[in-house]
Amino acid sequence: MLHPEPHPAEVLVLTRRFRLPNSASIETYLATQGYEAFRKALTMAPEDIIEEVKKSNLRGRGGAGFPTGLKWSFVPRQSPKPKYIVANADEGEPGTCKDRLLMQYDPHALLEGMLIAARAVGASAGYIYIRGEYRYLIEILDRAIEEARQHGFLGRNILGSGMDFEIYTHSGAGSYECGEETALLESLEGKRGVPRLRPPFPATSGAFGCPTVLNNVETFCAVPPIILHGGLAFANLGTPKNGGTRLFAISGHVNRPGVYELPMGFNLLRMIHEVAGGVRGGRKLKAVIPGGSSCPVLRAEECDLPMDFDSVARAGSMLGSGGVIVMDETTCMVRAAARILRFYAHESCGFCTPCREGTRWLSQILSRFHRGEGRREDIDLIAEIARNMLGRTFCPLGDAAAMPALSYVQKFREEFEAHLEGKPCPYEEVAVHA
Amino acid sequence: MKFSDETEARLQRLMASCPPGNKRSALVPMLLFIQDEVGAITPEVIQEVCSRLEVSPLEVEEVVSYYSMLRRKPAGRYHLQICTNISCMLVGGAELFEHACRKLGIGHQGVTEDGLFSLEEVECIGACCWGPALQVNYDYYHNVTPEAFDRLIEQLRRNHSGRSEP
Repeated sequence: MLHPEPHPAEVLVLTRRFRLPNSASIETYLATQGYEAFRKALTMAPEDIIEEVKKSNLRGRGGAGFPTGLKWSFVPRQSPKPKYIVANADEGEPGTCKDRLLMQYDPHALLEGMLIAARAVGASAGYIYIRGEYRYLIEILDRAIEEARQHGFLGRNILGSGMDFEIYTHSGAGSYECGEETALLESLEGKRGVPRLRPPFPATSGAFGCPTVLNNVETFCAVPPIILHGGLAFANLGTPKNGGTRLFAISGHVNRPGVYELPMGFNLLRMIHEVAGGVRGGRKLKAVIPGGSSCPVLRAEECDLPMDFDSVARAGSMLGSGGVIVMDETTCMVRAAARILRFYAHESCGFCTPCREGTRWLSQILSRFHRGEGRREDIDLIAEIARNMLGRTFCPLGDAAAMPALSYVQKFREEFEAHLEGKPCPYEEVAVHA
Repeated sequence: MKFSDETEARLQRLMASCPPGNKRSALVPMLLFIQDEVGAITPEVIQEVCSRLEVSPLEVEEVVSYYSMLRRKPAGRYHLQICTNISCMLVGGAELFEHACRKLGIGHQGVTEDGLFSLEEVECIGACCWGPALQVNYDYYHNVTPEAFDRLIEQLRRNHSGRSEP
């Protein structure tokens, strides 16, 4: 799955062990400064650990981009309840396949990141909530956990510090919604993945009603280098307020699809044309989804922009989970929108009405359009439904469906019109195996 | 119910990972691990899980009906899950799924008559950069062309007939 050589533009921080032999073993990890950050964290005051993470400008890699240090600081250390660390390894956002590589090639980095978080907030146990489809990674992680325990990094009185901490893997069983943090917690507690009302946020009332730090796998993996080399060093790799590097999964119509570690703020066009080897078959770039399928689509002419949370937000989309989906000129945007909305309709948990009904209506109207049965008024109807969902659903899944739906009709209205009056899809012949 | 030593050990580890007083926490992975051995969530499985985790049948039913990997009827010996979501779609995932339907003579969630193969069109499986992608049970296959798919089917058939010979 990896390219034998990293691209020269890559900055290898989180992925620096990926190409080492037996990279997942604790021997390789220890030979490459593994668990040194945790040893250092044991000598630091908990609030200093959090301060260092704040300085790093690390923002949540799951998609929301919330500052990690700030999130940790919300955990009430003095609470008499047990505290938990939960890693969100439910990677399910279409276009995203980076956490899979982190867990496959460097599972100890995730464990070390969780250990440092545990030290910072005083947690006693950690759970890696991992999607059921990633079964082979559960085996890798369980082995890593066992190795860490044998080396004294997990268990009771870790390295003589008096700290007790255990990590467990916990499998999901097929649900996109469980990537939403409160739905994940419900699933962890043995229930349907229906989200919870926030506040209270997990920091104060998370797993089993206890204070919980919940972060994405990549976020935890960024913590050891931050503690080892200082928050500032990490921050300086990126752009203001967007520290470090990011694992971008570039998929779709490019010559060299793959997961690349690039500095925050790396230009999107360079990412496509240089790093990923350009658009396949020398075709023209048509559109890009910059951060997983829930992000509004960008037209080719909007893609000359730095890939950090704030710049992509200013361009009207989101950096999301870093899943860059590239579409060339042969792509039917109506088909793309219909497929994406079919996904959200399938994954809506059905708990709140605007999402349950809205995602299904959008999916049905878009599919109808692609079949050539669209009506002119449907174009505005799609936008109207999407606008009525935005901000009115219980959890972000409704927005995740409405935002892209709106963007496709707004930015590619001409393609919707080309499908009207029973006309066959103009891309049907060329799109297949383009 | 009696499970293999491996499954039983997994279930024990899982239950030990639950915080005190939170046995129910094991429910979702427990169902999946048992399904892997038994083939489906049968009424017997539900009863077994209820007694182990002290939950009601309704609480188990709620969960079974929610998670897409949990099923009431067994899949084939080789469960082929083909992703047609956006990244795979862009590189031929939907066409691969159609090809698979024709090749095996079954549709979405169908099982071949001999019980060897079952087919499912699935949502994103986290193989976006290596599409079209599919999983056979839990094993990943990347960059699967229709020709590669045919070879895979033949290979699995051979594996199976090799295994069942005395």
